[in-house]
Amino acid sequence: MAELEEQNATRKPRQPTAWSALVWAHLVWAHLAKDLRIELRSREAVQSMLFFALLVVVLFSMAFDPTAAMAREIAAGVLCVATLFASVSMLNQAWAREMRHQVLDALRMTPSDGAALFLAKTLANFLFVTAVQGVLAPVFFIMYNLHPSGDAWLLLAVIPLGTWALVVNGTFFAALSMRSRNRELLLPLILFPIFLPALLAMVLSVKTLLNGDGSDPHLLWMKMLVAYDILFTTIGLLLFDVVLGAE
Amino acid sequence: MMKKLVFVAIPLVVAGLMAWGFYQAMYVAPDDAMQGPIFRIFYYHVPNAMLCYLFFSINAVGSVLYLAWRGRNFARAQAADAWSLAGAEVGVVYCSVVLITGPIWGRPVWGIWWTWDARLTTTLILWLIYVSYLLLRRFAAGPEMRTLAAVLSIFGAIDMPINYLANRLWRTQHPAPVFGGGPDSGMKDPQMLAAFGWNVLAWAAWGLMILVWRVSIERRQQGIDGAVATAALAAD
Repeated sequence: MAELEEQNATRKPRQPTAWSALVWAHLVWAHLAKDLRIELRSREAVQSMLFFALLVVVLFSMAFDPTAAMAREIAAGVLCVATLFASVSMLNQAWAREMRHQVLDALRMTPSDGAALFLAKTLANFLFVTAVQGVLAPVFFIMYNLHPSGDAWLLLAVIPLGTWALVVNGTFFAALSMRSRNRELLLPLILFPIFLPALLAMVLSVKTLLNGDGSDPHLLWMKMLVAYDILFTTIGLLLFDVVLGAE
Repeated sequence: MMKKLVFVAIPLVVAGLMAWGFYQAMYVAPDDAMQGPIFRIFYYHVPNAMLCYLFFSINAVGSVLYLAWRGRNFARAQAADAWSLAGAEVGVVYCSVVLITGPIWGRPVWGIWWTWDARLTTTLILWLIYVSYLLLRRFAAGPEMRTLAAVLSIFGAIDMPINYLANRLWRTQHPAPVFGGGPDSGMKDPQMLAAFGWNVLAWAAWGLMILVWRVSIERRQQGIDGAVATAALAAD
């Protein structure tokens, strides 16, 4: 254990030059390309997520039987929660895939740092969730009879920001809970409390945009979402090696 | 002998402080001009809220030290881990007191038990994060669990300043801070201030005593676990 730490210590310090940044970007791309290729061939994650999210939307509309005015009030929340539940099922799979045939151990042995792996995994998951939302959103607008009356184009900024907040924490904590007993159970238990501020910010900004009621004129919640994303992405990148190397 | 004295004397002093704080809050301090006697819950709600930040800070510092020491000095890292565990447990208890006394106070004063404003929500989130921290410690085992828990604790610690700033940044249902909120803040009545001060002291002494006990129990448990592991290695 101590020897491993020493190896890590001698391996880490590198001068941040343009060349090493390029190498790092290449590493991220290698991980990302692998994940995208697997997904393109199997389509496991996107298909199961899409169907799951669709089910949640249908379940909610059955449970609440929303009228047009009410639909606009709850639509943001339903879309966020549908995405949330669907992504949790996918995030567990994202690392479970690496556990088969000890791929994760092999990745730990490569002389690259964990942050690249983490960023690539997050980007891949982000693309999958965004793809699902891209299909889901039109269906959603039709089924809930939505007519946005605010600056609807800002939704194109808010929803990816919220998705990134979910995926960056989700990928991190999925890797963390992989190392415990009953891992599938643990991920939502850890992820949801951490993600709650972002969910709140996302729901409130989407609601403002759909309603156009000017309840948040300075887009304070959206700015908070940006700050949240920057903060948690940074910590995730910094601490991922610790989680990956936890013995 | 000395140890026994400490174990008897300190709890007695702490119990005396708690009783004195209760007397000050319930009998000495005057009724609030606006809210009447219900205001006395302030003397429990606010000290507990302040102190739960202290215990969560102990948890965060312990976690960072654990991560820093775990490769070099295992014994010291284990001690840091014991402190961070105890900090989280006592902090969750104090945070629970805040979340219980808050609605009891809110019901007569605001007319509602609970509202989803920034301060209340972030306090609830804080509580949920540290409960999930304690759950993680249940679900995993050994030094691996300690590392993972320490990482989660750092995420919790980042939520703490957001929570603290919540009622300074956003207009909230929750009142603005009484202390350090602006030129107008601060308690004017010396008897109220005294009651508040005694209660902060009493709850701090009580919490720290439980914290130290919990740390010493955890240290013993670590010693037992270590001895069991060594015996198992020797048997092979």
